[in-house]
Order: sequence, then structure tokens, then C-alpha cells
Amino acid sequence: MILQRIERVLGVCAAIGLLIGLYVGLIYAPPDAVQGEVQRMMYLHVPLIFISYLAFLIVFVMSILYLWRRSRQYDAIAHSSAEIGTLFTALAIATGSIWGRPTWGAWWTWDARLTATAILLLIFLGYLMLRALVEDESRGATFCSVLGIIGFLDIPIIHMSVVWWRTLHQPASILKPGQVMVAPDMLMALLANLAAFVLLYGYLLAKRLRLEGAREELFNLRIELLR
Amino acid sequence: MIFARRVLAIAWKDLIAEWRDRESITAMCFFAFLVLFLFSFALNGDQALIRGASSGLLWLAFAFTGVLGLARSVQSELANDCLDGLLLYPAEREAIYLGKLLSNFSVILLVELISFPLFAILYNMDIWSQLPKLLLITVPATLGFAAAGTLLSTMTAGLRAREAMLPFLLFPLTIPLILAAVRGTEVVLRRESFDLAVPWLKLMAAFDVLFLVGSLLTFEFLVEE
Repeated sequence: MILQRIERVLGVCAAIGLLIGLYVGLIYAPPDAVQGEVQRMMYLHVPLIFISYLAFLIVFVMSILYLWRRSRQYDAIAHSSAEIGTLFTALAIATGSIWGRPTWGAWWTWDARLTATAILLLIFLGYLMLRALVEDESRGATFCSVLGIIGFLDIPIIHMSVVWWRTLHQPASILKPGQVMVAPDMLMALLANLAAFVLLYGYLLAKRLRLEGAREELFNLRIELLR
Repeated sequence: MIFARRVLAIAWKDLIAEWRDRESITAMCFFAFLVLFLFSFALNGDQALIRGASSGLLWLAFAFTGVLGLARSVQSELANDCLDGLLLYPAEREAIYLGKLLSNFSVILLVELISFPLFAILYNMDIWSQLPKLLLITVPATLGFAAAGTLLSTMTAGLRAREAMLPFLLFPLTIPLILAAVRGTEVVLRRESFDLAVPWLKLMAAFDVLFLVGSLLTFEFLVEE
């Protein structure tokens, strides 16, 4: 029940946060000097990709914990987080594509970060497919944990390889040592959206975990009934 | 030392089985030839285009062929419950992984070595003077591919859709490796300074270490009952 209450609070906070985020992103923040209004896509795009990395980091940590401790709970979190991460990665690519069309003049380019993100999406689509295909639940959990760990550790190598391959993306502006180059109003709008998306992620994760719990309960009830 | 002998024993078992029917190697060589052959139709027989893309084509052919070999290697373990028998072998799980890795690596490398002359002839490339450098690229690339492939093919072995799932999991994970191999081969075939290939070699080394260590640490979990 406590989980349900946390979930409700998170849901309300996420909804309010997203509304505020939309306001500051679309109205409060000034348009970009070069790109104009299109640049507002950033307030959606950057949080999405940030959250998907966060989600995959949680998959990585939970996968290690699952292999170590063998508690179903860890795997449930890893699985849920992977689903949300995959969804957010896909959305980040979609929003990036919509942003890229007017600024770069193409829906898709083989730019380093774009390519790395697409590879990441493919890896975690494979993760979800593997989970769906393995019939034995605990085996599926083990396989996916291994894939979650190796897939995550592969990210820096993938990133390096495609960066050397080619690069066109604007360099990262916030997570970079030295001076932050974003106008303060824009930065605030971005951080507000980031916070809202973190809340949204928490809400989705809590909801997804409850679903997983309900499914397990149903499974146990069925087994009881069969006895 | 006992550990090394166990690894060799498992690899030897696979290689002898392969030598007796030579089914995988024949199929893989033929497949590699076919892929290299078909690519020239895709590029409309344009010599300049083919030469420019040749190292990419070579490694795509090797990647497809490698998946074919890994799938066959698993299939041979599934027949007559050989995998269960293998797990009864009184050795550390790591030895079983390394043994399978060694046999997969040797088979794929052999097929690659057989494919080189075909590649040289079909695409009119001079690879002979560059052979040592080419091997310097090929060996780590094949090792990484086999390491990831052995791990993932163990995962997908029990699935109904294993033929589809193995490439689906393997290719995205091995993109950096294949990219590095393609670039490295390009440097060698264009006779550019070998220094240009060094970062790619380092990348392959990082990949190999990650997958070898990762596989050794997690293989045990994959085969437990």
C-alpha cells in the first residue's frame, strides 16, 4: 500500500512538473538566437535521452544485484527500467529527428551520437525480446541480467567507436568541464524539464513494479488453485 | 595447468567433431564466397566502388559467416543433449566457456583465412604483401566476435527463435568491433601508415577484454540448471 501511495504522489508531482516544464520550455524561455523556436525541442529531447541513460544505469546496477543476491525484486526493477529506458530512447530519437529536420535538413544523419543512441536502442530491444522469448522466468531473468550488464559496459566502447567514425552533432553543452554556455533562462527551463522527467520516470517505474507484483500474485494464486 | 588442459580438451573435442564431417567449415566457406560474390552485384560491378567498399564487404561477409558458424556450433551441442553431457564434465564452468570459445575462434579464423584468397581474386586486391598486418587486425577482431558470440549463443541455445535471436543480439553489441576491423583493414589495404590503425586496435583490445572478462564472470549463471 505504501508503494501505491508513493506512486500516487509521484504521479501528481510528475504531472505538475511536466506542466511547469511545458510552460517554461514553450513560453518562459527565450527562443534561440540562431535556431529560433525549433530549439525548444531541446527541452523535450535532452531530458528524454538523459532519463534513458539513467534507466539503463539502473538496469545495470539491478542486474548485478540480481546475479549476486538472486532476489526477484531486483530483476523486476531491471526489467521495468529497461522497458521505460527503451521507450524513452525511442522517443529521444524521434524528437531528435523532428529537431534535426529543420536544423540539419535531414531526418536522420549518421552522426556519432545519433548512431550510438540507435545502437543502444537496438541492444535493449534485443534485451526485451530475449525476455519475452525465454519461457522459464528465472532463466530469462538471468540471461537478461547478463545482457544488461554487458550491454551497459559496451556503451562507452560503442560511443568511442562511432565518435572516431564521424561526428557532426553539436558538442554537449552542459555535461562538459568548464563554463556552462547556455543562457540562464534556457538552462533553468531545461533543468525544470529534467526534474519533471525524473519524476515521470519514477512514476512509471513504480507503476510498472506494481504491475509486476500483481502478476506474480496472480501466478501464485493460480498455482495455489491448481493444488 | 589442469585448467588449460581441460580447456584444450573441450576445444579439441569440438574441432575433431568438426574435422570428421567438415560440415560447418564447408557451409561457412561457401557462404562467405557467396556473400562476397553477391556484393559485387549490389554495387553494379563498379570496380572503383567495390574497391572503396571492399573492407566493409569483407567484414560483413565474415560477420554473417561467423553467426552461421556459431549457430551450427550450438546446434551440434543441442542434438542428443550433448550440452547436458558437457555440463557434467568435471571442470570449472570457465573452462567450458574457454573451450567453446577456442573452438569457435579457430573455426571462424580458419574460414577467414580461406576467404582471403577468394577476396583477393574476386575484388582484385593485393593482400599478400600486407598479410601480417592484416592478421594483426583479423585475430583480435575474430577473438572478440567469438567471445561475444559464444556467450550469446549459449543464451539463445534453448530458444525456439534462436536463429533469429542470435544475430539480433550479437550484431548491435559487436558494431564497435566490426567498425574497428573495417577501418583497420581499410588502413592496411590502402597502404596507409599503420599508426592510423593503432586506435582501432586499442578499441578492439578493450572490446575483447570486456567480453572475455564479462563472459568468464557470468557464464556460470547461464548454464546453471
